Amino acid sequence: MISLTINGKKRKLDMDPNTPLLWVLRDKLHMTGTKLGCGMALCGACTVHMNGSPVRSCSLPISAAEGAKIETIEGINSPAFQAVQQAWRELDVVQCGYCQSGQIMSATALLQTNKNPTDADIDTAMSGNLCRCATYHRIRGAIHQAADKLGGKA
Amino acid sequence: MNFLKRQTIQAQQNSRSSALSRRTFLQAVSAGGGLLLGSGFLIGSASVAAADKSIAAASTTAADAPVFNAFLKITPDSKVTMIVKHLDMGQGVSTGLTSLVAEELDASWEQMQWEFAPADNHRYNNLFWGPTQGTGGSSSIANSWMQLREAGAAARAMLVAAAAAEWKVPAEEIRVSNGIISHGTRSSNFGAFAAKASLLPVPQKPAVKDPKDFQLIGKTIPRKDSNEKTSGKAIYTQDIQLPGMLTALVAYPPQVFGKVKKVNAAKAKASPGVVAVVEFPRGVAVVAENFWAAKKARELLKIEWDLSACETRSSDELFKACHDAASKTGISVKNAGDAIAALAKAKQVIEAKYELPYVTHAAIEPINCVVKVEKNSCELWFACQMPTIDQQQVAAATGIKPEHVKINTLYAGGSFGRRACPSDYVVDAANIAKQIPGRAVKMLWTREDEILNARYRPMAVHHIRGAVSSRGKVVAWQHHAVAQAILRGTPFEGFIQGEVDGTVAEGIEDMHYTIPNLQVQATEIPIKVSTLWWRSVGHSGNAFVVETFIDQLAKAANKDPVVFRRKLLADTPRALGVLNLAAEKSAWGNSLPEGVARGIAVHKSFGTWVAQVAEVRVKDDGSFKVERVVCAVDCGVAVNPDVIRAQMEGGIGMGLSAALGEAITLKKGVVEQSNFHNYPLLRIDAMPKVEVHIVPSAEMPSGVGEPGLPPIAGAVANALFAATGKPLTKLPLGNKV
Ligand code: FES
Ligand code: FES
Repeated sequence: MISLTINGKKRKLDMDPNTPLLWVLRDKLHMTGTKLGCGMALCGACTVHMNGSPVRSCSLPISAAEGAKIETIEGINSPAFQAVQQAWRELDVVQCGYCQSGQIMSATALLQTNKNPTDADIDTAMSGNLCRCATYHRIRGAIHQAADKLGGKA
Repeated sequence: MNFLKRQTIQAQQNSRSSALSRRTFLQAVSAGGGLLLGSGFLIGSASVAAADKSIAAASTTAADAPVFNAFLKITPDSKVTMIVKHLDMGQGVSTGLTSLVAEELDASWEQMQWEFAPADNHRYNNLFWGPTQGTGGSSSIANSWMQLREAGAAARAMLVAAAAAEWKVPAEEIRVSNGIISHGTRSSNFGAFAAKASLLPVPQKPAVKDPKDFQLIGKTIPRKDSNEKTSGKAIYTQDIQLPGMLTALVAYPPQVFGKVKKVNAAKAKASPGVVAVVEFPRGVAVVAENFWAAKKARELLKIEWDLSACETRSSDELFKACHDAASKTGISVKNAGDAIAALAKAKQVIEAKYELPYVTHAAIEPINCVVKVEKNSCELWFACQMPTIDQQQVAAATGIKPEHVKINTLYAGGSFGRRACPSDYVVDAANIAKQIPGRAVKMLWTREDEILNARYRPMAVHHIRGAVSSRGKVVAWQHHAVAQAILRGTPFEGFIQGEVDGTVAEGIEDMHYTIPNLQVQATEIPIKVSTLWWRSVGHSGNAFVVETFIDQLAKAANKDPVVFRRKLLADTPRALGVLNLAAEKSAWGNSLPEGVARGIAVHKSFGTWVAQVAEVRVKDDGSFKVERVVCAVDCGVAVNPDVIRAQMEGGIGMGLSAALGEAITLKKGVVEQSNFHNYPLLRIDAMPKVEVHIVPSAEMPSGVGEPGLPPIAGAVANALFAATGKPLTKLPLGNKV
C-alpha cells in the first residue's frame, strides 16, 4: 500500500509498486492531462510536480513517490501556473497541444524558483520537453511574458 | 502530402476557377459528390424536426440546434457551431475554417464554437479530392475557401430574411455586424431568429463579401483550441475513456513485413489484468485492463517470427544501390533544351552527389486507435485524417458495411502525414477489437512501437551536373533523383501516373528557376521498408538539394546568392517577391558579427512560396548554431496571419530538426533507432529566433501546414557553405562542419 497526495487529495494505492505514476494518473484516476510521449524520461510530455519540482511521471515508480505531494495540470493553481497559462493563451503557443501540459508544468516549475529567467535559463529548464510542432519560439516568449506579469520585471 | 496528386491538380484548377465563377464552383462541388447548398437545403428540411424539438425543449445543446446547412447550427443562446470537416493536428484548421464561416455570417468571434464533422464523403469531402473526405496536401483552407464562405453567407441571408419578415422591413435595410442583427433602433442577437431562419429556403447564390470588408479574415484572432490545450482538457485518442474499455498492446515483428510463425502466450495470458491474447495478420496483441498490465504481459510473450520477406541490407549498401541507379539512365520527367550538349560545351561543370536518409514523423502522441465492434456495426474514436478511406478499410477488415462504421474524430497530437496513411494502424486496431466484440479496445503504441512501425520519408540519392555562363546565368542542369516510391505496393498504387512516383522529383522537375537546358530523370528504388508522406513529402529533401546546388552554381559564377537567384526568377514574380522580402528583412548584404554567416533558400510547395534566410554562428572548433531565421511567405490571402506565422515557425523547427540530427538507419535490414535517445528531435536550446513576414496578396489562399519546412535545410547548409567554402550534400548535417 502506497500513500501519496495528488492535487491535494490523499490517495492509498494498492498496486504493483513498480507501476509508473503516469499510469496511476491516467488509467486509475482518469486524469488524462498528463501524457505519454516516450516512456523513457526523454520527452517531458508526462511532467508533473513532486513536492514542487518537475518529474517525469512515466519513469517514476509509485514506490518512489511514497508520502509525496504530487500536482498535475488538472490540480495546480499557483500564481506562477496562472501566469504561465495566461501567457500561453495570449501568445497562442499551442499547435497540436499534446506536449503542452508537460511544457506548462516545466515552465511553472521554472518560474516558481526563478522569477526572471534569461533565454539561457529557459533553454536549460525546458530542454527536457520535446515539441514536435516546434512551438519553442513562442514558449520562450510566453515564459518571459509570464515572468513580467509575476513581477520579475514589470 | 501528395495524395491523389495529379488527379487533384485538375480538381484544384476547377476549384481555383470557381473562385471566379460561382456556377463553376457549384458544378465542381456537385461533381465531387455533394451539392453543398442543395444538400444544405435538404439538410435544412430534414432538420425541421430537430429545430422544432430544440425549441420545444428550449435546448441549448448544439446537437439539437437549428441547422442552417451542412456546416453550421445556431442555438437559441446565439452560439454558432461550425462543423469542421478536416482534422486539426495542430495546423489550426478549427480556427481557420471557423473564421471563414464567421466572416460571412458577420458573427462575433466569441460566439463561434466548433466540432469535428462525422465521416460523410458527400457532405464533407475535400473538394480537391472528389468524393473523399480527408486532410492533407496543405489543402484545408484552400479547398474550403469559397465553400465555407458561401455557407456562412447563406445562413446570414436566412437570418436577415427571418428578421425582415418579423420586423416587416425590407431585407436590404437590415444590418448584421458582430453577431447583432439590426434595423433602425431595433436589434437582436442571432439566437432569437435561429429557429425561424433555419426553416427558410437556403439561398442558392448567396453573395460573399468584397475582401475589403473583411472583419476576421486577415486579422489576428485567438485560436479556438488554446484554452483546452493549456488546461489538460483537450481530449486526444490517448485520453478517451469508455465504459468497460480495454487496452491493447501489440507485439510486432522486429521488421515490417515480418509474420508470426509460432506463439506461446501461456505466461502472458496468466499475467494479472490480462483479458485476452489475440493474433492478427501483423502481430500478437495483449488485451488487458490497463496499459501497465498489458505492457508487463507483452514482455512474457514468446514469438517466433517469419522474417523471410524482410529487408536484409544495411544503410550503406542501400545508398550504394541508389548511387548505382543514379549513375545509369533514369526515367525522363523533364527535358527542356539539351542539357547534355550544353554541359559538353561548358568551360566548367559543377557536379554534386547527395544523400538523404529515411526520417520518421515522431509526433509526440504515439499512434493509437479506439475501436468497438458490435454484430453489424462498429464505432471508432481517434484522430482520423482520412475518414472515407479508414471507413472502407475497417469495413473490409470487419465485414461490416462502410456506412455502419461510425467514426468519432478527436484531436491529433501531431501527424505530419503519419495518420494519413493507408489505414495500417486503424486496421490493426479493428482486427484486434473484432475478436473481443462488444468491448471498446484502445490500441496503444509505445514510442518504440511507433518508430519500428513507422513509415518513413524515403531515403534518396541525387546526382547533379550544372554549368553557368560567363554572364552568371545557369546554362544547364542535369539531375537524376533516385528514391523509394511512396505509393508503390500499397492500395494507392493506382494513383501513380506515368512510370515513376511523382514524389521522387517533385520540386525539381517543376523548379521555379528559368533554366534553358534542364534534364530531370527519376528512378524508383525498391527497398523492403515502408514509406509514407512526411510533412511536405518530396519537397522536404528536394528543396535542400536544389537550393544548395543553386548556391554552388552562384559561387561558380562568382555571384551573391540573392543576386544570382533574382536573375533566374525574373519570370516568377511571386518567387521573386518572397526572395526580396526575406532579403530585405534580414538586411541581406549588411555585414554580420564575426563568426556569423547567412544562407538563403526559396521554395514553392502546395501553391505557397517561402523564402528563408538563416543566420548561423560557426565556432573555431567547427560547431555551429542557427541563431535566427527570417522567413517570407506568400500563401495568397492570409486568412489567419498568426496561424500562418505559427506554421512557418513550426515548419522551420521541424525542418531544422531533420536537417541537423534525424536519420533512420538500417543494419542488416533492422532499424537501429527506437526512441528519442537515438532518434533525437530538436530541443528548445537549438531553436533559433524566428521572424515571419507575410506577402500581402489577393490570390486564392494556399496551404501553410507544409510549405514552411522545405527551405530551412538548404538555408542553413548555404550559410555553412558561405562560412567554410565547403558544399554540404548529406543530411543530416550534424552539429559540426
Ligand atoms: S513520457 Fe515521460 S518523458 Fe516522455
Ligand atoms: S504542440 Fe504539438 S508537440 Fe508540442
